[in-house]
Amino acid sequence: MQLEFEKPIHELESKLADMKELAKQSDVDVSDAVKQLEAKIKLLKKETFENLTRWQRVQLSRHPDRPYTLDYIYEITDEFIELHGDRTVRDDKAMIGGFGKIGNQTIMFVGQQKGRNTKDRQLRNFGMSNPEGYRKALRLMRLAEKFNKPIVTLIDTPGAYPGLEAEERGQGEAIARNLLEMFMLKVPVICIIVGEGASGGALGIAIGDQVLMMENTWYSVISPESCSSILWRSWDYKEQAAEALKLTAKDMLRNKLIDGIIKEPAGGAHTDIKVAAGELKKTILKHIKELETKNPRERINARMEKFGSMGVYN
Amino acid sequence: MAWFKRQDKGILTKTEDKKEAPDGLWYKTPKGHIVHMRELRNNAYVSPEDDHHVRIGSVEYFEILFDNNKFKELDADLSSADPLGFVDTKKYPDRIKATQKKTGLTDACRSAVGKMNGLEIVIACMDFSFIGGSMGSVVGEKIARAIDHSLKKKIPFLMISKSGGARMMEAGISLMQLGKTSAKLALLSEAKVPYISLLTDPTTGGVTASYAMLGDFNIAEPGALIGFAGPRVIRETIGKDLPKGFQSAEFVLDHGFLDFIVDRRQLKTKLTTLLKMLT
Repeated sequence: MQLEFEKPIHELESKLADMKELAKQSDVDVSDAVKQLEAKIKLLKKETFENLTRWQRVQLSRHPDRPYTLDYIYEITDEFIELHGDRTVRDDKAMIGGFGKIGNQTIMFVGQQKGRNTKDRQLRNFGMSNPEGYRKALRLMRLAEKFNKPIVTLIDTPGAYPGLEAEERGQGEAIARNLLEMFMLKVPVICIIVGEGASGGALGIAIGDQVLMMENTWYSVISPESCSSILWRSWDYKEQAAEALKLTAKDMLRNKLIDGIIKEPAGGAHTDIKVAAGELKKTILKHIKELETKNPRERINARMEKFGSMGVYN
Repeated sequence: MAWFKRQDKGILTKTEDKKEAPDGLWYKTPKGHIVHMRELRNNAYVSPEDDHHVRIGSVEYFEILFDNNKFKELDADLSSADPLGFVDTKKYPDRIKATQKKTGLTDACRSAVGKMNGLEIVIACMDFSFIGGSMGSVVGEKIARAIDHSLKKKIPFLMISKSGGARMMEAGISLMQLGKTSAKLALLSEAKVPYISLLTDPTTGGVTASYAMLGDFNIAEPGALIGFAGPRVIRETIGKDLPKGFQSAEFVLDHGFLDFIVDRRQLKTKLTTLLKMLT
């Protein structure tokens, strides 16, 4: 699938492929033309992706080819053992977790998981966790604390699941508990928005020493669509809502609500998962190293002070 | 002269000086019972005939809970800024100003310290009349500072929630208030200072996903709507009508997320009894 603003780039890219094919079959020297076209593609990509509107970023964050949490985990770890269940109700497939190893470093990974095809999407409940998902996440984070391993959470959710049973089992309480407990975790916690960061459902695993966003993701209190439906009483104002919400990585960094941005390959993470995962891995290892120079209480205090300073008032 | 003797003969008030019965003198409950406002006020704003708990604000809760309505308000001057330049159908600062004028409040939460049956206590109370009791920077900061006050003085903290959730016009910033308040509550809990969370009608959205559900004691008023997602959203998601009483305080108690439900007329006494057990 192609997004509207990806089409001109794809057109040029297929033209380039044709040209190369032609060169192979005949003796015509097209190397200059190839070079020119490659430069043109590079420039077009740069221009397109530097000037995306906020709504276009939202579309990229939901790109059907975009790498999901487990794609990244399998790409960056040498070994990974998935762990299941909240030990109370069931195993929430929308929230995954487990110990992984990068070199000598063991890390607890926790994150929301979306599905690639219809069947998988249903299994993963579109990345929308139930309360047991948040409780599973907390169980795994405590396990990491027990064995003194750092925690990395990967966030990609359109929201916590707004279902009947989710309410019965205390969706609000589950998220609230995670916020409070995550502040007190003695091990380093790094939280990365890799896709969608919708509201409490995202924040429920996003209290950390370093909260980072990948370049083409969004993070806010509500999705542009829902915001449009509430404030404009229509679904048609999602572009305006996206602008008003200031939900991109750049916006969030400018407003001091996150600690940094992780670069994606030109064209977005889905165009080259190896490059995207490489950046992710490098960033994770760098921050773990830095955070481990502090003692647990220093980390906890800094974590609390950071969130404590968020807010603007007269 | 007999005490009942009228001194002036006849009714002398001119027609144009006659007063109409002022509006707001009577209250009609959802079940249709009519109550005089004075009677309602004397009854902790609970309708005597059907026990309906009328939605009230910080002014009334402070009056009900603080001895002789005496308290010191904290951070009364904090008011909203417009960090994101948010415009929907109205500019955010205009919305704030209009609401301030209409309600006489500065934002959706007031906090105060005072005595409740002689016990020192910090109370923060949300006002639903201020943009649906929505939580933005001011609400987050006021609650954070109220908890700081509790921590410093080692006196119990009571949070009275009444909110539709986070304030959209502060977008990401309002989301982070969930984190900010939860961090303070973690410290309060670590210091073993009691925290009671009272959920009143309605308590939904981000507030439920943070401080409202984090009490050492989570309590609620009868019939209050309590939930993370709003009923309309859930109905649309599952495509079915919701069972009767879904997301009521009684429902939430049955599912294990509340310690007890308390009639507002017994609120002060019950809170005092509970807190005294902890000292």
